[in-house]
Amino acid sequence: MNNLIVLPLIIPIITAVILVFLREQIVLQRIISLITMIFITIITVLLLNNVHTEGIIRLDFSGWLPPFGILFVADSFALLLVLTASVVTTFCLFYAFSMIGERHERMFFYPFVLFLIAGVNGSFLTGDIFNLFVCFEVMLLASYVLIALGGERRQLRESLKYVLINVVASWMFLIALAFLYGTVKTLNMAHIAVRVAEAGQDPLLTTVAILFLIVFSLKAGLLLFFWLPGSYEVPPTVVQALFAALLTKVGIYALIRTFTLMFPLNQDITHTIIGVMAGLTLILGCMGALAGRDIYSIATYNVIIGVGFILIGLAVGTEAAMTGAIYYLIHDMLAKALLFLLVGMMFYVSGESVVKKMSGLIQNYPLFGWIYFLVLLALAGIPPLSGFVGKVLIGQGAIENGSYMLLALGFASSIIILYSLLRIFLASFFGETTISFEDKKPIPKGAYVSFILLAVSIIYVGVGAETIAVFVKDAAKTLMNPSIYIDAILKG
Amino acid sequence: MESLMMILVGVLVAVGTYLVLSRNLIRVILGTAVLSHAVHLLILTMGGLKKGAVPLLSQSDGPFTDALPQALILTAIVISFATTAFLLVLAYRTFKTNGSDDLQELRGMPDE
Repeated sequence: MNNLIVLPLIIPIITAVILVFLREQIVLQRIISLITMIFITIITVLLLNNVHTEGIIRLDFSGWLPPFGILFVADSFALLLVLTASVVTTFCLFYAFSMIGERHERMFFYPFVLFLIAGVNGSFLTGDIFNLFVCFEVMLLASYVLIALGGERRQLRESLKYVLINVVASWMFLIALAFLYGTVKTLNMAHIAVRVAEAGQDPLLTTVAILFLIVFSLKAGLLLFFWLPGSYEVPPTVVQALFAALLTKVGIYALIRTFTLMFPLNQDITHTIIGVMAGLTLILGCMGALAGRDIYSIATYNVIIGVGFILIGLAVGTEAAMTGAIYYLIHDMLAKALLFLLVGMMFYVSGESVVKKMSGLIQNYPLFGWIYFLVLLALAGIPPLSGFVGKVLIGQGAIENGSYMLLALGFASSIIILYSLLRIFLASFFGETTISFEDKKPIPKGAYVSFILLAVSIIYVGVGAETIAVFVKDAAKTLMNPSIYIDAILKG
Repeated sequence: MESLMMILVGVLVAVGTYLVLSRNLIRVILGTAVLSHAVHLLILTMGGLKKGAVPLLSQSDGPFTDALPQALILTAIVISFATTAFLLVLAYRTFKTNGSDDLQELRGMPDE
């Protein structure tokens, strides 16, 4: 059973390599990549059920027992994120089939999406911090290619900055790793946790922890998000959606894992810094979303607000807040992917990206308009949609912990999200239509398929919150009691 | 020996940072390469420089040198090699399409 854990990493890599040789057979490429993603989704569901009944599963590569070898660890938190990432990618593929265009498809678009997924899944599943670095790099190299694919002037310029920022961030990751290895002499995450607990997390280790905080904040867009708005606006729509759904979330995952498992002891320093950073991220993200004039910049600043909100959960650090953070993470991956797909489609049908220059889209595309309205409600956290459960639980945790400042900022940001998205809805969807009947571009069926599937999953996560609650609670319990994780690795 | 290595790492980081902060694109890329060399040396030093015998059970009976930092550096070198190669190609394409390798000119206009 535990050999299955490696499949979410290995299958995309193998199929991606095969797809490189099928460059001209575009239909075959589409079918194979879709089947791959569905297969990964099914495997992850199986694993999730297995972890729920039997506890954490681990896989020691080539039989090197922990803490010596590299290993993969599947706990509920990692698997939930792998599942959501696979589901989002599967749905986004439908959009890509009809919208990405033959030029991209011939230039190895699908192989690189699969490489991206391999890196993302690997980062979620690994139990070794150096392996986390390697998986990050797999994911980032694929993202470098995807962001630059197309080769327009603006795209190349912005992707160059994106690559440079990430190269420097990876460099800092290596520095943090070097100091960590010099101090605790191990790279296995569970073993690091044990060693750090033995040493009592002295100031040196806290400094290393803060170095990791800076690195992962750069990747997650927590306060250090200056690179994010520029680079998320340039690639094709479906790449934007994948980036918004996956890339920052891997950074958030790494932050949560680092500060619940490895460095949980000096909370009044590290978690205070995270809290302050999350609060500032919310404020700055809201200012960006309010000031934005075109739909792309409003959508990218909404990504930043989402990051800030999830990390309130980590900063507060009670079990309720953690459960909320996991719920919100799942919701945010689904909803942000859909938001970016919709925004890209608005640009496609109207040829405009400035909010005020569009009008009356809902008269031409009623279903499209109402799906946008649904996302708007979900992102603002209105029940019974997916954002509601996470917001309530994070709020509950903040009250338990007395973090009223973060609570106020978190809920004020919901109103700003509602306002910024409602502004697009009122200006661009209502009013006189600017598109005459003859010029109306039909929205391709593939795009509608992915909109509807994502919208259904948003409703499902909201209405059916009880059905995934067992897994989310299990994940939060493991995060709050790192000894469960450590025992499963070192004593299993 | 360790302190000498740390000074060397410091010098390399200083050089790399200076290069990264310059306006010329090719200097920035060279700077990232120098920075990555610095961090490889740092990992080597943090793992402890050679103290024991070869880590092979049949060759000696300890104490052994820690072989892990070398493995880490090897992986990191491969990754930084790939990234630098990609960066060079990307920089060349950017230079061709945008007609400039000056980062000040690559800032771009807000409404474009």
